[in-house]
Amino acid sequence: MSGPFVSLLIRDLRLAARSGGSAALALAFFALVATLVPLGVGADLKLLARIAGGVLWVGAVLAALLSLDRLYQGDFDDGSLDLIALSPLSLEQVALAKLLAHWFSTGLPLTLLSPLLALLFGLSGDGTWALFLSLLIGTPAVSAVGAIGASLTLSLKRGGLILPLIILPLLAPAVIFGAGAVTAALDHLSNGALGLLSAFSLAAVLLSPFAAAACVRLNLAG
Amino acid sequence: MFRYANPAVFMRLSGALLPWISAAAALALAVGLYLGFHVPPDYQQGMTVTIMFVHVPAAIVAESAYGLIAIASLFSLVWRHPLADTAARAAAPLGAVFTALGLVTGSLWGRPMWGAYWVWDARLTSFLLLLFLYLGYIALWNAIEDEARAARAAAILALVGAINLPIIKFSVDWWNTLHQGESILSGQIASVFLWPLLIMALGYMLLFAALWMIRIRTEIVNRRARNLMQRAA
Repeated sequence: MSGPFVSLLIRDLRLAARSGGSAALALAFFALVATLVPLGVGADLKLLARIAGGVLWVGAVLAALLSLDRLYQGDFDDGSLDLIALSPLSLEQVALAKLLAHWFSTGLPLTLLSPLLALLFGLSGDGTWALFLSLLIGTPAVSAVGAIGASLTLSLKRGGLILPLIILPLLAPAVIFGAGAVTAALDHLSNGALGLLSAFSLAAVLLSPFAAAACVRLNLAG
Repeated sequence: MFRYANPAVFMRLSGALLPWISAAAALALAVGLYLGFHVPPDYQQGMTVTIMFVHVPAAIVAESAYGLIAIASLFSLVWRHPLADTAARAAAPLGAVFTALGLVTGSLWGRPMWGAYWVWDARLTSFLLLLFLYLGYIALWNAIEDEARAARAAAILALVGAINLPIIKFSVDWWNTLHQGESILSGQIASVFLWPLLIMALGYMLLFAALWMIRIRTEIVNRRARNLMQRAA
């Protein structure tokens, strides 16, 4: 796991940073969702603090979803995926590198932005810390499950419409545990949400490269 | 398993079995419904308890159907069983319909019991997610034009969903106890209620089996017709 793995990772990170700045767009989307919710439900800070965990988690998942087509679609369309498949890396390693690149360029920035948005929702210090930790732990799972969906819908022209339908039900546990951790912190309870979220995230990151590689393989075979 | 992989063998066998299974399904449903409408009113729920006889079997079939799809997908991915794809594809809309039936009957039951058509009860919620899993699976099948590719992609999705389904159920249960506990009727079922329930469950399963067979047979016949047309062209 040295040369080609790292260079693929760096290449994907560069693409994320340069091509239209889609990582920054995901952040802007996240911030916009967080701005629209108070406009919809009213400016009551108590209520907003109560729902902040759930709203921000849902927003983060949707924002990460928007950038999923970057994972494989571009490389598939311009043929670089064929070349990457010929590299000394196995497709599983390729999938892991792309997953990491997606998390570094989407999940991590969303996590870093979340305390600021938590401030807008009047979330307490404990709640903000729980939200930050749960996003840090949980967003890799979002990238992992998302990578499966992205590789499944790779050859579709209108994959963008099907992708959320496939992925969002699978991500229900991440949202439940993630938002649950915030709620628990607000109530000063410990309910093991972060532990369960870690377990889900680890399993997703571990299994996703195999599933994604299988999908890439079948899409390249055609 | 592989003796029946030959579509011709399957057609012959299922053609012979289908009338019997359909008749048995009709009989079990008729008997189950008759018994179901003649149970004494439950001391807590009154006559609404009869909804159980159409609700619980639908839920059982809806969940089993996803399991069947996952098993068929495994066969298709690992052993390239030629009928497994068709079987998985044919089961999906049926599973979705039974899931929807379970949701509708569940919410109709919920109205008198809980005072609302929908409560965020753990089982209702995980069933709603199951319905979305079914819809995503069906959508993926329909979206990919190349049949072989669609079959493999759908099989991978079905397996991922099958791994995730227990986690989803667990997380929804966990979530529900976190928010508020909903005391659903627990404890023993009296045998007056148990018998109609079991017979109805059998009827639903037979009905599913019959419809599933019909759908697989239709797909095989369709494929043959397509092949013939291509050859003629």
